[in-house]
Amino acid sequence: MSGFLKLLFRNRLAAVGAVVLGTILVLVLITPLLPLKDPNVTDTANKFIPPFTEGHLLGTDHLGRDQLSRLLHGTRLSLAVGLAAAVIAATLGSAVGIIAGYFGGRTDNVIMRGVDMLMAFPYILLALAIVAALGPGLLNALIAVAAVNIPFFARNIRGITVSLAGREFIDAARLAGKGHTRIILTELLPNVLPTIVIAMSTTVGWMILETAGLSFLGLGSQPPVADLGSMLGKGRDSLITDPHTSIVPGVMIFLIVMSVNLLGDGVRDALDPRLKSGALSRPRAMTAVNRKGPVPETDDKGLLNIQNLETQFHVGPRVYRAVNDVSLHVKPGECLGVIGESGSGKSVTALSVMGLVASPPGVITGGAVRYAGEDLLGASYKSLRTKRGENVAYIFQDPLSTLHPLYRVGDQLAEAIQCHHKISDAKARARSLELLRAVRIPNAESRLRDYPHEMSGGMRQRVGIAMAMANDPDVIIADEPTTALDVTVQAQILALLDDLRRERGLAIVFITHDFGVVAQLTDRVAVMYAGQIVEQGRTEEVLSRPLHPYTRRLIACVPELGGGRRRLEAIPGLPPMVDKLPRGCAFAARCDKAQDSCRAAPIALSRDGDRAVRCLFPEEALRKDAS
Amino acid sequence: MGRYILKRLISAIPVLLGITIIVFLIMAMIPGDPAIAILGGYATADRIADLNRDLGLDQPLVARYFIWLGNMLTGDFGRSFSLNRPVLDEILERFNATLILAGVSFMMCSLLGILAGVVSAARQYGFADKAITFAVLIGISVPSFFLGMMMILFFAVNLRWLPVSGMYAIYGGGDLPDLIRHLIMPATALAAVATGVIARLSRSAMLEVLRQDYIRTARAKGVGERRVIMGHALRAAMVSIIPVLGIQAGFVLSGAVYIEIVFQWPGVGRMLVTAILQRDILLVQGGVVFVAACYVFFNILVDVAQSLLDPRIKT
Repeated sequence: MSGFLKLLFRNRLAAVGAVVLGTILVLVLITPLLPLKDPNVTDTANKFIPPFTEGHLLGTDHLGRDQLSRLLHGTRLSLAVGLAAAVIAATLGSAVGIIAGYFGGRTDNVIMRGVDMLMAFPYILLALAIVAALGPGLLNALIAVAAVNIPFFARNIRGITVSLAGREFIDAARLAGKGHTRIILTELLPNVLPTIVIAMSTTVGWMILETAGLSFLGLGSQPPVADLGSMLGKGRDSLITDPHTSIVPGVMIFLIVMSVNLLGDGVRDALDPRLKSGALSRPRAMTAVNRKGPVPETDDKGLLNIQNLETQFHVGPRVYRAVNDVSLHVKPGECLGVIGESGSGKSVTALSVMGLVASPPGVITGGAVRYAGEDLLGASYKSLRTKRGENVAYIFQDPLSTLHPLYRVGDQLAEAIQCHHKISDAKARARSLELLRAVRIPNAESRLRDYPHEMSGGMRQRVGIAMAMANDPDVIIADEPTTALDVTVQAQILALLDDLRRERGLAIVFITHDFGVVAQLTDRVAVMYAGQIVEQGRTEEVLSRPLHPYTRRLIACVPELGGGRRRLEAIPGLPPMVDKLPRGCAFAARCDKAQDSCRAAPIALSRDGDRAVRCLFPEEALRKDAS
Repeated sequence: MGRYILKRLISAIPVLLGITIIVFLIMAMIPGDPAIAILGGYATADRIADLNRDLGLDQPLVARYFIWLGNMLTGDFGRSFSLNRPVLDEILERFNATLILAGVSFMMCSLLGILAGVVSAARQYGFADKAITFAVLIGISVPSFFLGMMMILFFAVNLRWLPVSGMYAIYGGGDLPDLIRHLIMPATALAAVATGVIARLSRSAMLEVLRQDYIRTARAKGVGERRVIMGHALRAAMVSIIPVLGIQAGFVLSGAVYIEIVFQWPGVGRMLVTAILQRDILLVQGGVVFVAACYVFFNILVDVAQSLLDPRIKT
C-alpha cells in the first residue's frame, strides 16, 4: 500500500490532483463552521456585486446572495450528490454483475441482454428520460445518474466474477455447504471489492459532472437550494452583463472534475505494472547510438563486418549488457551461423546492424557495423533507411506477428519494392508474383490477395523470405526463421535459403539455437553466451572439435538419429542475467571445469585464424602455430 | 459484405425493441395520473377520462405498449399537447439541426482527436506530446456547457467574431457561410471532451502498436518513418480507435442537449428539455426513442467500418 502511494505521488500531476481535491474536500467539510453569510438570504439592493468587494469575496448573484457562501454550499451539495450516485450505481451495478456472473447460464443471459439494451442508449438521453418520468428535482437527478451508470458497473464486475466463480475456493465453499448468499458475501465480494473501488474512482468525476449538467438544464436542484450546476444555469441568464455569476461555479466544477481525473489517472498508472518497466515507450525509427569509446578502424573483413559491437538496454537505473564486444563478419556467398540460448544476445546483435533494436530502452554504446566499408552506426537515418531491405534484409521469426495483419501479402511485398524503387503498381505486382513463385508458393497469383492470417505458418515464412529477397539484397539476416515451424517445413525453408544463397551469391547471417540447423546450412559459426562470443570457427571444425566447454555441452544437447548410445545431457543451471554479469567467465557457474582464475578477471577471445575461443581451459589447445 | 450488413441490421431489431420497452417502462413509472399532469389539477373528471381513452391509458400495460409500438411503426408517434402538432413532425424538423451540430462535432473530434493522438505518440515525451497531453486534460475536465458559455463571452461578446447564439441570423441569414459562422462555437464546445478522450486513446493505441513486431518489419524493409506512423501503425491502431469513436458519437449526440441550450440551437435536445419541463410525455418518449434508434444505426455503421478495416473479422 505504501509502495502504491509512493508511486502515486511520484506522479506529480496526480499529486496536484490530490492536493486540489483535498483542499476542496476540507473546505466543504468545514463550510458550516466558517463565518459565512446564509447562502439563501436575498438582498436585492446589493445584487450583482463584482468579486473581491468588501464583505463579498466572490460578489453576489442576481438576488444579492453571497456567492462564496453559495459556492461552498453548492459544492457540498454537488459532491454529496455525485458521490451518492456513485455509491448507488456501484452497489446496484455490482450486485447485478455478481449475480449474473455467479449464477451464469440463463440468469446471466437475461441480465446481460438487459444491460446491453441500456448501454445502447446514448448516455445522457437515458438520464433525461428518467428525469422526465420522475419529474425535475435533485433527488430524481441523482437517481437518473445512478441508474445510467449501473450497466457500466454490472458489466465490469460480471467479467471479474465469471473468472472468479470457476476457481477452486468457490467450489470448496460450495462443498462445505455454504449457501449462495454466504458465498457471494464472504468469498466473492472481498475479491471484487478492489475493482469496484477503482471503477468508482474513475466514474465519480463523470457522475458529479452529469448531475451538475442536469441541474444546469433546470432538471436537478430546484430554487432556492442550489448545487454548482443550477448556479451555473442561473448565471447563464446574466452571462453577458455579470459573467462572474457563471465563472465562479464553472471554475469550481472544472477544478473538481480535473482533480478527480488527475487522481484517477494516477491510480491507474500506479496499478499498471507495464508503465513501471517503461515498456510503453515507443521505439524510435532507429536505435540510439551513444558510443563511449573511439570507433574501431576498419579491418576490411567481409561485406558485412560487425566490430566490437556493444548494445545495452537502459531501464531505469539498471543496465542490461545484451551485446558485449561482439565481432562478426560475413562474405558474399557465405553463410554465418550465430548460435546461443535465448537471451544470449544473438538477436540483439542482428537487430543492431540496421538500427532496429527498440530504443528506448536499447542503446548501442560501442563498436562499428560496416557494410561495404561504411559505418552504419554513424550513418544518418536517411542513409540507413535506404539500405534497409535494399542492401541488408531481415527474415524474422514467427511471421504471424511480423507481417502486418491488415495488409494483403501482395501489398506488403509491393511496398518493400516501392519504398526503394519508383516503379508502377503493376510492375511491383508482377515482381511480387515472381517473388512468391521464387519461394515456391503454390497458386502464387491468388495468394497475393491473402491476408497473413489466411496462410499457414510455412507459407507465411515463405512470404517473409520473399519480402527479404524483394530488392535483391547482398546480405540477409535471418533471425530464427524456422523456430516456429514444424520439422518438415523447416527443412524446406532451409533448402530454399541455401538455394537462394548459391544462386545469387547472398551473404547470410543465420541466427538459431539449433545445432542441427547450423550443421545443415552454415559455413562458419559463432557461439554466443551472455552477450559475448565464446567460440568461433568453421562449422565442421566447431562441430567435430568444440573448444569451449559450453559449445561441447550445447552440441551434446542435440539428439542424434540412430546414435542411441550417447547420453543426452541438458546443461544444468541458467545463463546469468545480463544486468548482473560476473566479472570473469559468464559460464563459470555452470561449467564443471571452472577454476578460481576463470572467475577472477574478464577472459579475452584467443584467436587462431578463423578459430577463436574465450576460455582459459579449452577442451583442446587452440593451435596458435597453424596461422 | 452485403450479407454482413443485413446480418447486423437484423441483429439490431431486438436492440430497438429493447429500447422501446425501456423507454415505455420508464414512462410508465410516472407517478400519478398523466392526464392530470397534462390537463392540470382543475380538469373535470369527464375530460380526464376522455384524455385517458385518447392516450389509451385505460388499457392494461402490455396492451398499451403494443398499441404504442404499432403506432410508432406506422409513423404515428402521437400528438404533442404542448405544441399541438404530431410528435414525429416536430422531431424530424428539429433533428436536422441536431444532426448538423452533432455530425460536424463528431467529425471534428474524430479528426482532431486521432491527429493529436498520433502526433503525441510519434513525439512521445517531446514538447508536442506534453502540450497535447495538457490540452487533453483541460479538454476532458471542462463541462461542455461551461466551455460554451466562456466561448460566447470571449469570442462573441468581447471579440465580436462570431454570433452569440442561434443557427441562422434573423435578417439576411440562411446561407451556408451564415450557418458555419453560427456552428463554429457550439460544434467546438460539443467536441472538446470527445476530442480529449479520442486523443488519449489514440495515443495509447499508437504506442501499443508501435511496439509490435510488424512495425519493426516495416522499418526493416526500409519503409520511411512517416509511412510507418501514418500507414502501418495508424491503420492497426484504428482497430482499437473505431469502437471508441462509436461510443463517443453517443456522447456527442446526447451531449448536444447542453450545447443546444447554451447556444439556443433549435435541435432535438432543446426540444426534449422543454418537453420535460412541460411534462409533454409523448414528445419526450418519441424524441428519446428516435435519437436512440439513430444511435443504434450509427453503431451498425461503425461495425461495418470496422469489418472493412480488419479482415480478421468474419463477415
